[in-house]
Amino acid sequence: MDLMINGQTRRVTAEPTDNLLDVLRNELGLTGPRFGCGTGQCGACSVLVDGQDVAACQLEVGNLEGKSIVTVEGLGTPDAPHLLQTAFLELQAGQCGFCLSGILVGAKGLLDRNPNPTRQEVAQALAWHLCRCGAHNRVMDAVLLAASRMNAEPVR
Amino acid sequence: MIPPGLQANPSLDRWVGFPAPGVVRIAFGKVEYGQGALTALAQIAAEELDVAMPQVEVANAATGAVPDEGMTVGSMSVEVSGASVRAACAEVRALFVAEACRRLDCAPGQIDIRDGAFRLDGAPSGETYWTLSPAIDLAQPPSGTARWKSQDQHRLVGTSAPRLDLPAKMFGGGFIQDVVLPGMRHARVLRQPGPTARLAFLDEAAAWKAAGDADLDILTEGSFVAFISSSEAAAARAHAAAEPTTRWDTPRDLPPQVTEAASLKDMASTELEEGAPVGGPSNRRRLQAAYSRPYIAHASMSPSCGIAWFEEGRLRVWTHAQGVYPPRLQIARITGLPPEAIEMEHAQGAGCYGHNGAEDAAYDAAFIASRRPGAPIRVQWRREDEFGHSPVGTAMRVEMTAELDAAGRLADWTTEIWTNLHVNRGRTLIEPALPQGPPDLPPPNQATAFGGRLNAAPSYDIPAVRVKEHLVINSPVRTSSLRGLGGPVNTYAGECFLDELAQAAGKDPLAFRLEMLSEPRARAVVERIGAVCGWDRRGPGGEGRGLGLAYDRHRDRGAFVAVAARVSVDEEVRLEHLWCVADAGLIINPDGAKNQIEGGMIMAASWALKEQVRLEGAGVASVTWEDYPILRFDEVPSVEVELIVPPGAPPLGIGEISLGPCLAAIGNAVAHALGARLRDLPYTRDRIARALLAD
Repeated sequence: MDLMINGQTRRVTAEPTDNLLDVLRNELGLTGPRFGCGTGQCGACSVLVDGQDVAACQLEVGNLEGKSIVTVEGLGTPDAPHLLQTAFLELQAGQCGFCLSGILVGAKGLLDRNPNPTRQEVAQALAWHLCRCGAHNRVMDAVLLAASRMNAEPVR
Repeated sequence: MIPPGLQANPSLDRWVGFPAPGVVRIAFGKVEYGQGALTALAQIAAEELDVAMPQVEVANAATGAVPDEGMTVGSMSVEVSGASVRAACAEVRALFVAEACRRLDCAPGQIDIRDGAFRLDGAPSGETYWTLSPAIDLAQPPSGTARWKSQDQHRLVGTSAPRLDLPAKMFGGGFIQDVVLPGMRHARVLRQPGPTARLAFLDEAAAWKAAGDADLDILTEGSFVAFISSSEAAAARAHAAAEPTTRWDTPRDLPPQVTEAASLKDMASTELEEGAPVGGPSNRRRLQAAYSRPYIAHASMSPSCGIAWFEEGRLRVWTHAQGVYPPRLQIARITGLPPEAIEMEHAQGAGCYGHNGAEDAAYDAAFIASRRPGAPIRVQWRREDEFGHSPVGTAMRVEMTAELDAAGRLADWTTEIWTNLHVNRGRTLIEPALPQGPPDLPPPNQATAFGGRLNAAPSYDIPAVRVKEHLVINSPVRTSSLRGLGGPVNTYAGECFLDELAQAAGKDPLAFRLEMLSEPRARAVVERIGAVCGWDRRGPGGEGRGLGLAYDRHRDRGAFVAVAARVSVDEEVRLEHLWCVADAGLIINPDGAKNQIEGGMIMAASWALKEQVRLEGAGVASVTWEDYPILRFDEVPSVEVELIVPPGAPPLGIGEISLGPCLAAIGNAVAHALGARLRDLPYTRDRIARALLAD
């Protein structure tokens, strides 16, 4: 079957009932979505599916044909980082970093819907993403910093 | 003086090398798990050698490749390993300066180094570390005479260099879970329901059926069972299918009441004591109170992972444990291989905050690989394994008695602690399942049982202080080190009780503390926390909003730390703002230090309001994030951190200093808000309601 991942069509051999997280990590080598709980409770594996921030561990790939899937690898690269990634690095928003793939994806989903969120809206959008190191305040600061820069830049 | 780490690993080439032009290789025995140790130690090295940060390459921790510095624990990387790195680099620099002086026919005072290039009287000399390197054999011990820089000479130390490990993690990589080796096979391990459980029936047919046509391999030895496949999903399906129908003899069966810290008082214990002799009778005013923290999960974001590969008599193990040398001894014991045949390499995991499942996942992988030579074996724990089978931070009950003299001064203090082990590296998860069983380890004693009494004596000038610890060695579940060990709990108890004493003495809690503090650095942080939190506008409290503060000197000899908390309380506690003022001496990386302190405060806030491991039946019964909630984005308070750096003060540990004072500041703020005191953590709706009714 074909999946649309980070703007590219990727052919996968997986069964329709196979789990998206397993397919992304083990078949496609996309390690950004991370295994954290397998029950959709922590957000470490989250991806955008048609713009919605959802847990990849809860999705069967057979239901995803024709949908747009975005992982953290689709945001940017070290040479061409997304403004969110730049802001996160600038504010050192993270400690161990295990939760960051999911949080970055969730933040992108939020800013795509709401380019100018309040701090409270950022907190609510990210509330289902767990962070154990306690980097929450830096993360929220970084999302707001990225948003302000996106709004200041001409649309590309 | 030569620092102990360098004395134990005296060959300078173990610490510093110049492998290629423009590259300095630094090696140390501490590992990164998100706390920034790697970056801070690289800064110290670059400072002493006068090279630029991009020229520094940090050797990945592996046996043979880095000095043996034990485990990365106790907030000691900068304080202890940093001293060795600094001394080793100063020694290396001195050797290179001497060689440069020979070549350039000049005196050492004429040389200075910039970005690794040697300058003579301020002009380029043509010599660099890399031109000089072939002439210098670093396989030599330190002279003990090299001098490192003084604080006023620092240009890199004291600046907020960005973390070296963070970029990879921002773009989807960086973790042991991402490592792929050729021909790698995936394993899932069936866990015993407690160490006494014996495998009675394994439903292999169910496992085979669930795995489908995958190349499933079931390894059974004693009561150890692993499902191995080239497909991770198939191994997981086999595991999930066999688990519910597997039968065990003599599983552990814990009564639910052992969940509560108070149950520790009913368990057999070893008594450990220190401090003043028991006080005689007095007519002074005597107060008592009991505080507790329940069992706490490390709750790492990543369930643990281990990879091992046994080929031609050599076992290679990749682990996110807190060090690479100590776990090798356990692996030798588990696999029967000699330690020399085992190579350990560190690969980063999520934050561990102590002894989580990391070592045990490596033991699983090592054992399976030793029985299945040829292919790399990757063991990935599930979330319920991490919650259910990694060691937990022990519950503690702390009872205190204090006497106030006629002037309302604190004259006599006793802390009595009930706890399980805080440091427990020897007891592995896998061994009780193996035919040989667990090793016969010597019981802990006064010298080896570490952690329970940290900060049990309050950090003040008190005429008589005694501490008694009731150490429960046969704990209901395996406990081991969690961030701060017993220190945060003892500080929580002591600093909350201190507020109770201040109230009894009719004194302001801040003034009461200052009366008992003679150390100027302690006074400075306490006075400053009062200023930043607006203590003088605190008010009488009791109307739902509260401000509280607390102070300790970390582990009685480390950083001076004060925290204040502002809360509001109705049916539950809402954390509004937290402040911290800390003096940890010289700060290598201010932003990194603040990040650690902030994170510690949020973790403590989460412990205070939410966290409790539930024990019942076979062991830990809270095995999902739903059963074990932690503080979320829409619940965290804003945090401000201020660092005081006295001139000339050596660096002290940072990683776990804010938890104890933060727990206590929250406790004191909640008491101020309610006009009633909660003493048992966490502060649930139930407990708030009961405290108000009791009042």
